Amino acid sequence: MDSISKKTKDSPNSTDSPESTHPSSFPDEVLEGVLSLLSFNKDRSSVSLVCKDWYNAERWTRTKVFIGNCYSVSPEIVARRFPKIRSIILKGKPRFSDFNLVPENWGADIQSWLVVFARVYPFLEELRLKRMTVSDESLEFLAASFPGFKALSLSSCDGFSTDGLKAIATHCKNLIELDIQDNGMDDFGGGWLSCFPENFASLEVLNFASLNSEVNFDALERLVTRCKSLKVLRVNKGITLEQLQRLLMRAPQLMELGTGSFQQDLTPRQCAELESAFSNCKNLHTVSGLWEANSLNLPILYPACASLVFLNLIDATLQSGELAKLLAHCPNLRRLWVQDTVEDKGLEAVGSCCPLLEELRVFPADPFDPDILHGVTESGFVAVSRGCRRLRYVLYFCRQMTNAAVATIVQNCPDFTHFRLCIINPGQPDHLTNEPMDEAFGAVVKTCTKLQRLSVSGLLTDLTFEYIGKYAKNLETLSVAFAGSSDRGMQCVLGGCSKLRKLEIRDCPFGNAALLSGLEKYESMRSLWMSACNVTMNGCRLLAREMPWLNVEVMKDEESDDSHADKVYVYRSVAGPRRDAPPFVMTL
Amino acid sequence: MEMERPVNLENELNLKATELRLGLPGNDDQPEKQYSSRSIRSINKRFSSEMYTESDAQKGDHQDPSPATKAQVVGWPPVRSYRRNVLQPKKAEADGAGMYVKVSMDGAPYLRKIDLKVYQSYSELLNALEDMFKCTIGVYSEREGYNGSDYAPTYEDKDGDWMLVGDVPWEMFMTSCKRLRIMKGSEAKGLGCL
Repeated sequence: MDSISKKTKDSPNSTDSPESTHPSSFPDEVLEGVLSLLSFNKDRSSVSLVCKDWYNAERWTRTKVFIGNCYSVSPEIVARRFPKIRSIILKGKPRFSDFNLVPENWGADIQSWLVVFARVYPFLEELRLKRMTVSDESLEFLAASFPGFKALSLSSCDGFSTDGLKAIATHCKNLIELDIQDNGMDDFGGGWLSCFPENFASLEVLNFASLNSEVNFDALERLVTRCKSLKVLRVNKGITLEQLQRLLMRAPQLMELGTGSFQQDLTPRQCAELESAFSNCKNLHTVSGLWEANSLNLPILYPACASLVFLNLIDATLQSGELAKLLAHCPNLRRLWVQDTVEDKGLEAVGSCCPLLEELRVFPADPFDPDILHGVTESGFVAVSRGCRRLRYVLYFCRQMTNAAVATIVQNCPDFTHFRLCIINPGQPDHLTNEPMDEAFGAVVKTCTKLQRLSVSGLLTDLTFEYIGKYAKNLETLSVAFAGSSDRGMQCVLGGCSKLRKLEIRDCPFGNAALLSGLEKYESMRSLWMSACNVTMNGCRLLAREMPWLNVEVMKDEESDDSHADKVYVYRSVAGPRRDAPPFVMTL
Repeated sequence: MEMERPVNLENELNLKATELRLGLPGNDDQPEKQYSSRSIRSINKRFSSEMYTESDAQKGDHQDPSPATKAQVVGWPPVRSYRRNVLQPKKAEADGAGMYVKVSMDGAPYLRKIDLKVYQSYSELLNALEDMFKCTIGVYSEREGYNGSDYAPTYEDKDGDWMLVGDVPWEMFMTSCKRLRIMKGSEAKGLGCL
């Protein structure tokens, strides 16, 4: 290997022209060997910019690709650049589609991608989709086209049914993961689970918690028994406690468990058996499910609680006392998701029992019911912050908040990377002082220098956005609703947040001046969403004209006047305007 | 670039004058026309999107929206529609039974929701209610209702009438019950004696 020793004295950085005429410092095989060790795509992107040789070496060794916006690139372009892909993550619709702001049949259909992949990546193993439209035919096509297919994850997708899952279960002989979450899918029954062949034993991850139809328990039990490597099992609420006990006895190696219904009346013997089953699961670190859990049955979990790291109680409507009793057994919790039925008192228990907590999400039990006035308040949040100094991720739905409380919270927990506060009533001020909530978010951005993601709410003037633009230098994602006073607000954000990648805005008084102030910024961002703002069609047309590498798409509401641009979606793309846009999506 | 015509508030005053809202007098609220009408149906937001002044703060207007005029905003709060389907009873169904019903108890600050489909009989339902609200409901008798117990379970039927739980066969109850209310025994006496 003389060629290597000769060339090592050249540093790679000396090769500064992309069309380098002298050979790279390393032979291709060495460079590729080194680069194949890089796993983070951010590193790979940096590497590919060094020079043409490195670009090529990187593209030949990349096996995983992450596409945050399916319309930013085309499957053909991906296929041309990366010949050896085995794993793909694709995200489609704008996030506000989760909240019904995007009409049906908007797009993001996986089929055109699958067709290309089938041709170019016959050895594709892993597909993770979020907010894509996936038909049963696509799932059948997937099952038929990729013999080595191993992992399918569908989150917030729509367009398919349990029939498509049948195809996956029947034909994917090497399946390791089937993860179905929060999808708008049709549930025609639990028969899909029985489609796994009797000799199929490779499953490591199975999540069907969001499916309502009952599966055949015997088939499930046999499946769990054969799959000795099963690590993650999330069943749906059709599975009773008695059945759960049998599953746990078959799979004591489980690391993540989503239980079924937790409501069954248990005899003392059944209780004891379940406790024993839980204490057998030495590797269990995550528990979810727990539908209808009550104070009688929760104690069967206690044997497993000491090693729990993530407790997802989003489906268990617990009250404060029940939560407090449970958390007293969970000192090692890092992540906790609850409903606001636990109230402030429950959150006090969080603060006192879980000092290692890093993530807290509090969801509203009855978000759309105007009769419900209770839930959690600023006191609960403050109580958590006092006890859980390592908090870095919070999602908090509440019906009242104060500036002072938020200031205290971030003083206690300055390491926030994700701060998502949702005061449920739009435009609601500080409930004690009646002032806008500007100072609250000002405190957040001034104190939390590592902040990457922020969602604001409450009564907010432009001052909030001045603060964000001035201080939130690491901010990547910002969500804004019913806030701001004028264009200036949005301009401050676009001008100040140098790392901004995703900006989603609804119902704010930002108009064309604001939109156009970000002219050059949008190319460095993944996307911008603005709905129910003051942007007009002409403003959007101007943006589209000035910035050819941006797709500027407008969707109009039925009752709006001609000049108003009701929903605007702007994103950078190397694939040009969409060719599959439905009639209600206008590309300008 | 097209300049927006300044919105003429005067034309809107007739509607605005009779609209129930909690905005401070003199507040220059954005007129609804500038927002997508699908986005905000009957908005009652205290939304000062123009200059918010110090004097406004000092007026100390306390935010307390009455439920009747609470905003029905599309896609707000930002909770996934998947979860919405799980939480909401199906109000659109003609038989009105969408099995999740609200349960209130006199004196309790918080309502609960239960799924009637989970129960096979009155005794199961009553046991569950007793457990959920930590109260005693006692035993039903056709003649005396729940006389003698601290609480009596009542329900609102399809016709809007408040009925004592237990009078009709279970299946009939399941299909006609719209919501439950656990009344204090003293108040329920009237129902039991009919």
